Amino acid sequence: ILGRMIGRDTGPRRVLDDDMLESLEELLIQSDMGVETAVRVTANLAEGRYGKRLSVNEIKQALADEIARIMEPVAKPLPLYPSKPQVVLVVGVNGSGKTTTIGKLASQFRAAGKTVVIAAGDTFRAAAVEQLQVWGERAGVPVMTAPEGSDPASLAFDAMTRAQQEGADLLMIDTAGRLQNRADLMEELAKIVRVIRKKDPEAPHNTLLVLDATTGQNALSQVETFQKLADVSGLVMTKLDGTARGGVLVALADRFGLPIHAIGVGEQIDDLQPFDPEDFARALTGVEA
Amino acid sequence: MFENLSERLGGVFDRLTKQGALSEDDVKTALREVRVALLEADVSLPVARDFVKKVQSQATGQAVTKSITPGQQVVKIVHDALIDVLRGEEEPGALKIDNPPAPILMVGLQGSGKTTTTAKLAKRLKDKQGKRVLMASLDTNRPAAMEQLAILGTQIGVDTLPIVKGESAVQIAKRAKQQATLGGYDVYMLDTAGRLHIDEVLMDEVQAVRDVATPRETLLVVDGLTGQDAVNVATEFDGKVGISGVVLTRMDGDGRGGAALSMRAVTGKPIRFVGLGEKMDALETFEPERVAGRILGMGDIVALVEKAQETL
Ligand SMILES: Nc1nc2c(ncn2[C@@H]2O[C@H](COP(=O)(O)OP(=O)(O)OP(=O)(O)O)[C@@H](O)[C@H]2O)c(=O)[nH]1
Ligand SMILES: Nc1nc2c(ncn2[C@@H]2O[C@H](COP(=O)(O)OP(=O)(O)OP(=O)(O)O)[C@@H](O)[C@H]2O)c(=O)[nH]1
Ligand SMILES: [Mg+2]
Ligand SMILES: [Mg+2]
Repeated sequence: ILGRMIGRDTGPRRVLDDDMLESLEELLIQSDMGVETAVRVTANLAEGRYGKRLSVNEIKQALADEIARIMEPVAKPLPLYPSKPQVVLVVGVNGSGKTTTIGKLASQFRAAGKTVVIAAGDTFRAAAVEQLQVWGERAGVPVMTAPEGSDPASLAFDAMTRAQQEGADLLMIDTAGRLQNRADLMEELAKIVRVIRKKDPEAPHNTLLVLDATTGQNALSQVETFQKLADVSGLVMTKLDGTARGGVLVALADRFGLPIHAIGVGEQIDDLQPFDPEDFARALTGVEA
Repeated sequence: MFENLSERLGGVFDRLTKQGALSEDDVKTALREVRVALLEADVSLPVARDFVKKVQSQATGQAVTKSITPGQQVVKIVHDALIDVLRGEEEPGALKIDNPPAPILMVGLQGSGKTTTTAKLAKRLKDKQGKRVLMASLDTNRPAAMEQLAILGTQIGVDTLPIVKGESAVQIAKRAKQQATLGGYDVYMLDTAGRLHIDEVLMDEVQAVRDVATPRETLLVVDGLTGQDAVNVATEFDGKVGISGVVLTRMDGDGRGGAALSMRAVTGKPIRFVGLGEKMDALETFEPERVAGRILGMGDIVALVEKAQETL
């Protein structure tokens, strides 16, 4: 219903009534925004507009504006610090895109003239190390590895030592995928952080949680737990090149206010973009740029 | 969020009048909350909408058991209807793998768990059914994808097709078929690269693979944490490749698993297995009852109603 109603750009003006608001709400729910946030966003939209006659385009634009307004404060690039090395720990559930995102980020840092070291902290998954080594080659960045099954915390410690000795600008640490309800694996992550802090109490300077755009409402639980146990400092959302719209980011911005540093839009090395609230809002609501 | 929902439902139940049969209004009021529960469990909106509509007509007029409220009664009806949709006609674990060598094609989005599930399933076929299985990676895309499958093969004691760099997915599929025939394997499994359902080039590629292998089973591997996009994924993969079943991974997480309902409703194909971890034995046959309870998140109410109905 909604596609038909919202899809047309021209067309008659429509009264912004309850039916219309419900369709808008459903559009937002279908972007994975969650019922609660969708209701709130449409209520905000209705304020001062309820009962007015608006064109479809005006309605879509207003909705996009409202979402962009919520997302504006969390759209922040990855902050850079003078520390040598700046330590970037990358965490998240299985298959969300951590390793790929590290490859893409390393390439961007290299292009910006930084020296980077990567630590292959996923010592669990089959061929996780080999995968990251390929990304290291692509990005022109050395990758430190440890044997499969070894302790990721001790690799992180060795990597800290090397990065400090070499005076590297950045150390990026990959970690194995873990579901946030696995207390033992979350403790393993906490241990990595403790060990890193032995070398530098300020580190890790950034802890990136990588979220998959196809994930639904569980992203809320992911952010909550990873933030609590791993001190997440920012988010990256991958796979926004598909048909998933990543609406859960709006709920996350609302609830946690964590910065969103970048989005993944493909499997190639250049497929990482800054998070742009207006582009995001337009894609979510279907407004043509 | 769970608590909020129960509280909200609690409120609704109190407001419903107690009478002999469920009135249309009782059902409507309770179903409004059920719809929200389904959406919060990541059931895709069109699927949730259709489902609620169906239950509305089913529930109206039904007799209410004494000692429970109409709202509780509706929850129980919803629960049973969920199980109904989730359950396929066939035995979920029974794959069509007679006529050796039987090809099994594994497809899905990036990172959904195809490679891991391929190995888990191969191990299961070997251990439980004594099958000789050959696994082949057709993933020419993701770094070290072929090595990943080879390592898993060694871990579980299942052969993998030797890696030949530079071959296309279709060429590898042909070689797998040949080797499976010559080598006297019962089953050969084709693990494919992750692909977006809207990626025409890669969807064409998997069609070409399908045409070469004519798989007995084509399993769509879906992340159990998937949200609203589940309908798009299911529709496109089933429409373009034709699937025979679904595997839901990461059901060891604390997601509500609404994608299961979306998958069933959209494709009508059976959900065969659920992945319950990263280890090679963490694969179980799909149980509709367990997933229904999880999607609805109101197991306590369902148990209460069942008890009340037993003591009638
Ligand atoms: N389409 C698309 N695919 C992506 C994107 N980011 C990553 N991928 C793919 O998603 C899959 C999983 O990516 P990985 O980087 O291995 O994910 P991970 O989080 O390291 O996975 P684990 O280490 O197994 O937990 C791979 O096939 C990637 O190519 C993206 O932005 N878009
Ligand atoms: N917790 C959990 N993790 C799983 C499950 N199934 C797979 N994984 C993990 O999910 C991640 C991705 O799994 P893969 O098998 O590499 O996924 P894939 O679909 O082959 O990925 P691509 O080939 O990149 O598209 C890995 O870290 C797996 O260990 C599961 O049921 N539970
Ligand atoms: Mg990884
Ligand atoms: Mg794979």
